[in-house]
Amino acid sequence: MKLTLRIWRQNGRADKGRMVSYQLDDVSPDMSFLEMLDVLNERLTLEGEEPVAFDHDCREGICGMCGMVINGVAHGPERATTTCQLHMRHFKDGDTIDIEPWRARAFPVVKDLVVDRSAFDSIIQAGGYVSAPTGSAPDAHATPVPKANADAAFEAAACIGCGACVAACPNGSGMLFTAAKITHLGLLPQGQPERSSRVVDMVAAHDDAGFGGCTNAGECTTVCPKGIPLTTIGRLNRDFLKASAKRSDNA
Amino acid sequence: MAVTGILLVLFLFAHMLGNLKIFVGQSSFDEYAHWLRALGTPILPETWFLWIQRFGLLAAVIGHIVAATVLAVRARRARPVRYAHRPKVQGSYAARTMRWGGVIIVLFVIYHILDLTTGHLNPIGDKSAPYGNVVADFAPDRWYVTAFYTLAILALGFHLRHGIYSALRTLGQQTADGERNARVIALGVAVVLCAGYLTVPFAVLTGLVT
Amino acid sequence: MTELFSVGDPIADTKAPDGPVETRWDRRRFSAKLVNPANKRKLSVIVVGTGLAGGSAAATLGELGYRVRSYCYQDSPRRAHSIAAQGGINAAKNYRNDGDSVHRLFYDTVKGGDFRSRESNVHRLAQVSVEIIDQCVAQGVPFAREYGGLLDTRSFGGAQVSRTFYARGQTGQQLLLGAYQALERQVAAGTVEMFTRHEMLELIVVDGRARGIVVRDMVTGEISTDLADAVVLASGGYGNVFFLSTNAKGCNVTATWRAHRKGALFANPCYTQIHPTCIPVSGDHQSKLTLMSESLRNDGRVWVPKKAGDDRAAADIPEDERDYYLERIYPAFGNLVPRDIASRAAKNVCDEGRGVGPGGLGVYLDFADAIGRLGRKAVEAKYGNLFEMYERITGEDPYEVPMRIYPAVHYTMGGLWVDYDLQATIPGLFVIGEANFSDHGANRLGASALMQGLADGYFVLPNTIGDYLAAGPFEKLTADHPDVARTRSDVEDRIAKLLAVDGDRTVDSFHRELGRIMWEYCGMERTDAGLRKAIDLIRGLRDEFWQRVRVPGDGEGLNQSLERAGRVADFFELAELMCIDALHRTESCGGHFRAESQTPEGEAERDDENFSYVAAWEFTGTGDAPVLHKEDLIFEYVHPTQRSYK
Ligand SMILES: Cc1cc2nc3c(=O)[nH]c(=O)nc-3n(C[C@H](O)[C@H](O)[C@H](O)COP(=O)(O)OP(=O)(O)OC[C@H]3O[C@@H](n4cnc5c(N)ncnc54)[C@H](O)[C@@H]3O)c2cc1C
Ligand code: HEM
Ligand code: HEM
Ligand code: SF4
Ligand code: F3S
Ligand code: FES
Repeated sequence: MKLTLRIWRQNGRADKGRMVSYQLDDVSPDMSFLEMLDVLNERLTLEGEEPVAFDHDCREGICGMCGMVINGVAHGPERATTTCQLHMRHFKDGDTIDIEPWRARAFPVVKDLVVDRSAFDSIIQAGGYVSAPTGSAPDAHATPVPKANADAAFEAAACIGCGACVAACPNGSGMLFTAAKITHLGLLPQGQPERSSRVVDMVAAHDDAGFGGCTNAGECTTVCPKGIPLTTIGRLNRDFLKASAKRSDNA
Repeated sequence: MAVTGILLVLFLFAHMLGNLKIFVGQSSFDEYAHWLRALGTPILPETWFLWIQRFGLLAAVIGHIVAATVLAVRARRARPVRYAHRPKVQGSYAARTMRWGGVIIVLFVIYHILDLTTGHLNPIGDKSAPYGNVVADFAPDRWYVTAFYTLAILALGFHLRHGIYSALRTLGQQTADGERNARVIALGVAVVLCAGYLTVPFAVLTGLVT
Repeated sequence: MTELFSVGDPIADTKAPDGPVETRWDRRRFSAKLVNPANKRKLSVIVVGTGLAGGSAAATLGELGYRVRSYCYQDSPRRAHSIAAQGGINAAKNYRNDGDSVHRLFYDTVKGGDFRSRESNVHRLAQVSVEIIDQCVAQGVPFAREYGGLLDTRSFGGAQVSRTFYARGQTGQQLLLGAYQALERQVAAGTVEMFTRHEMLELIVVDGRARGIVVRDMVTGEISTDLADAVVLASGGYGNVFFLSTNAKGCNVTATWRAHRKGALFANPCYTQIHPTCIPVSGDHQSKLTLMSESLRNDGRVWVPKKAGDDRAAADIPEDERDYYLERIYPAFGNLVPRDIASRAAKNVCDEGRGVGPGGLGVYLDFADAIGRLGRKAVEAKYGNLFEMYERITGEDPYEVPMRIYPAVHYTMGGLWVDYDLQATIPGLFVIGEANFSDHGANRLGASALMQGLADGYFVLPNTIGDYLAAGPFEKLTADHPDVARTRSDVEDRIAKLLAVDGDRTVDSFHRELGRIMWEYCGMERTDAGLRKAIDLIRGLRDEFWQRVRVPGDGEGLNQSLERAGRVADFFELAELMCIDALHRTESCGGHFRAESQTPEGEAERDDENFSYVAAWEFTGTGDAPVLHKEDLIFEYVHPTQRSYK
């Protein structure tokens, strides 16, 4: 099939950036979206133009490296799918496709479609872990975990840190990502001792990183490739309220 | 946000019940207006309670608007460069229109106070007889007033449907079942309030209340 | 053959303690020198890689108090390729009471490796496996659990005990996130400094010791040197030399190859694992292959039509015209035979013209029976996400039509040679995880790579590296030390050279072509003639690469073509060594199948008499004959037998 691509080109952080159009013939419906861009890049290289920079690694929907806003939707039109797992059979011959990077202050553009998501790492640094130094662990069966909790924790832990939630949120909020980690650790007995400080510190780190606040707009969960549910945000809020109450008690 | 919003919802319920007294009859409704002013009189001077309530309400509205503005400003700052391809609405329209909905409601309330509380914009404007004011307001030949009220109340309904659902999550609702319940509650409250408010103008319009 | 390589001195000592195998690790830990806690702060360690091996090592070394600097080429340590592992992680917990034990895991691993691994290492791995699960659970890794709240396990990849712990089909992800979170905790604590989007391009060796690395900041293009008391490489495997593999696109051999060029021996490069259950290639645009977890073979049945060239739809082929060839040839193990056997069997039936799907390169993996037996719901609960993934990629619904699968390059058992302490032949250079060659012999069992990565990173390296560092801190070095400065300018020159070619072919076109050569001649089945031909082709293509490659842009700033070009250049050199290694090993073992060495029934034939050794190669120059150093393998506990899965 033939496609018209309009792609955001931005040569480095200082550049202003613009949308540039490219024509692509011979796109096979079996290609993945990134393979389609590979084809474009091969051509650009031979024509002496700079290929389009985009992030990717595993190309199987798990590393969270890829991500672009396709026709206004983060990761494109397929639900619960990362950009690398999106296939061209979901587009039609003659389509025009707009491709843009994640847009958020906390995710500055590095080049073209590549953004810097280190703000997510800083949220995890603030408390997204269980303090369990190597070698200090009791036997794994010392603490049973109800299956329902373990399953729910797993579902929240499935977040791949791609940042689509931020890209889609009208407020540029990273609350779904943050809430997924809070939920994962909050549901497990191992996560209890640090539960209050974790939520307070992680939300503070989230706000400091320049993400917007959550007004429960609910767009994040619809683009999330792992279907992280909004209930995780409810959990974060509840933990946050409880922790705040506790803090003021102690103060 | 949630706390101020909930206060506003409580007011809306009380106000709706008051309004519905219109069906009981003119005297009941007018009495209610007087009763409002007399409330708490042995302890507080006349209309004090009303004023306290008004201040409380005003504080809630201002708090609410300030919080909404802060969030909006943060949101704007969090996305300095907009998308070239306008993002599709993936969530709900009610969620996307919260801010505009809020502004419409505020504009409405201003008009509404000038209309029915101070009487400036009311054809009768007799402060001691609100029943008459209301009936005059929604007279069939002033259909545009009714239309405006209807529009505003529908906007309110949308604002509330998402607002309440959202407030419940903000206050820590966190299970999948809870999520479903929250949706139902929010929709229920929004519909009840909308219906409650709308019956009055339409009752007048259709001549049920004269 | 002599012109292709020469034979040097054998490797005398692997530093493994002797005595009963069960006590060796304890004794080594006890004999290792300790570092005074106050000194740890003065000692710095560079860790390249943040996968299971590197992430867990950096976090643990940070906890111990060393000053750690950690590197990865992705934008976050959480994205290391370990994230993609699906199936699970082995551990000899025997929670099932089904007869598992440390000894059995040890035994299975040595046997699974086709008697080409070291007993001492493998036994340590089995011992440590138990602690790994405890550690991960304590970190909050959400392993699958049973209704009683205890951990669930499954049997995996041909094991007859149920020792594989898993987290749905995302075990690697959950384990890696555990290590990543531990790592970020140390970053916050200030013991680990993290450098993302930094690629190691050279190892710095001063006075015979590994003292640092040259890295390129992939965002600014800046080349800089980082100096430390020890360097740990945890840079993963090199399966991408085949271009198409199940590895992430960025997986590369650069870190280990550069160390090899600086003197570290490279062991068993030809041992490659081909995974039997991948989604077949759909066209020339294909950029990578996707693995379908092997656990699918627990319930799926593999078959092809009995008739060659049968192009009816699967559903139209009646039961008695189907050949469930694994069940037929290997009645005892059926669909659960080890990976190499399943892969080669698939290749054989496709070579007979009985393959299905585009190009006849595929076999069916059918769940109809399982759905009938367990119900769709149960199948969905077990494999739901894998089925979805399959449908997303192929557009076919595996609940309705059987999956099509084909083997693909998956894992590389070879890597930098290390001793029992995981130290390479360059003092101060440690290599862990898939990047080393250590524990899997000629073939890795399913769910054992995750185990090895975490064993190395959490438990082995942090204990053994102290023995080396106890002699430090070493002489202070600065960036203008002549050896340091020269290494750095070498890197700059090489980048300039790549950019200067300005030819007329893209990097990917070369990589694809190299991959085709490797798959054809150094893939599932290797022959003397084929390997010789491959070596010629590789050399020709490598020369062409340096004359015709086109790398657009410049070295300043993000340049993904340049990154790829550097990696492909290293793959060319590695590819040649792989073929030489495969050529010299005229036996079949594990992942290495030489057509000349098979039984009359077509099974792999090992030659213990002549090849019971680790082949460790010394670099002598690009295109020059490498030197082979042999490390003899001694089996005191598990006696070599010809594997039989019939
Ligand atoms: C699809 C798939 C499924 C698998 N499933 C299983 C399974 O179920 N069970 C199992 O046991 N094993 C499985 N494996 C194998 C296993 O995942 C890997 O062997 C293991 O995760 C390797 O871990 P590692 O830490 O050694 O390296 P990796 O996780 O590959 O990490 C490499 C790290 O090195 C960094 N790096 C590399 N080169 C450079 C450089 N030049 N400069 C800077 N940084 C660099 C990368 O950024 C990365 O952080 C699977 C493998 C694949 C491909
Ligand atoms: C300029 C005026 C207004 C703006 C910009 C505004 C904006 C908003 C926004 C953004 C929310 C969502 C907050 C969240 O989800 O956390 C909200 C919630 C809500 N609003 Fe408003 N609003 C306005 C006026 C009003 C008025 C006048 C009322 C009532 C009469 C009202 C009632 C509510 C209620 C009940 C909620 C739910 C509480 C909550 O979600 O936290 N709002 N409003
Ligand atoms: C059609 C439906 C409505 C009717 C008939 C109605 C009627 C009235 C009347 C009669 C008064 C004057 C009361 C008095 O001064 O004694 C009043 C006041 C007021 N109404 Fe309404 N109202 C309606 C809808 C609304 C809505 C939807 C809102 C808010 C969003 C609202 C907010 C207010 C406020 C804030 C006051 C002033 C209260 C005060 O003086 O303290 N009303 N209304
Ligand atoms: S919550 Fe979903 S969209 Fe957000 S980072 Fe995680 S996986 Fe991506
Ligand atoms: S879209 Fe944004 S506002 Fe909250 S619910 Fe999701 S983060
Ligand atoms: S490239 Fe890894 S998730 Fe898309």
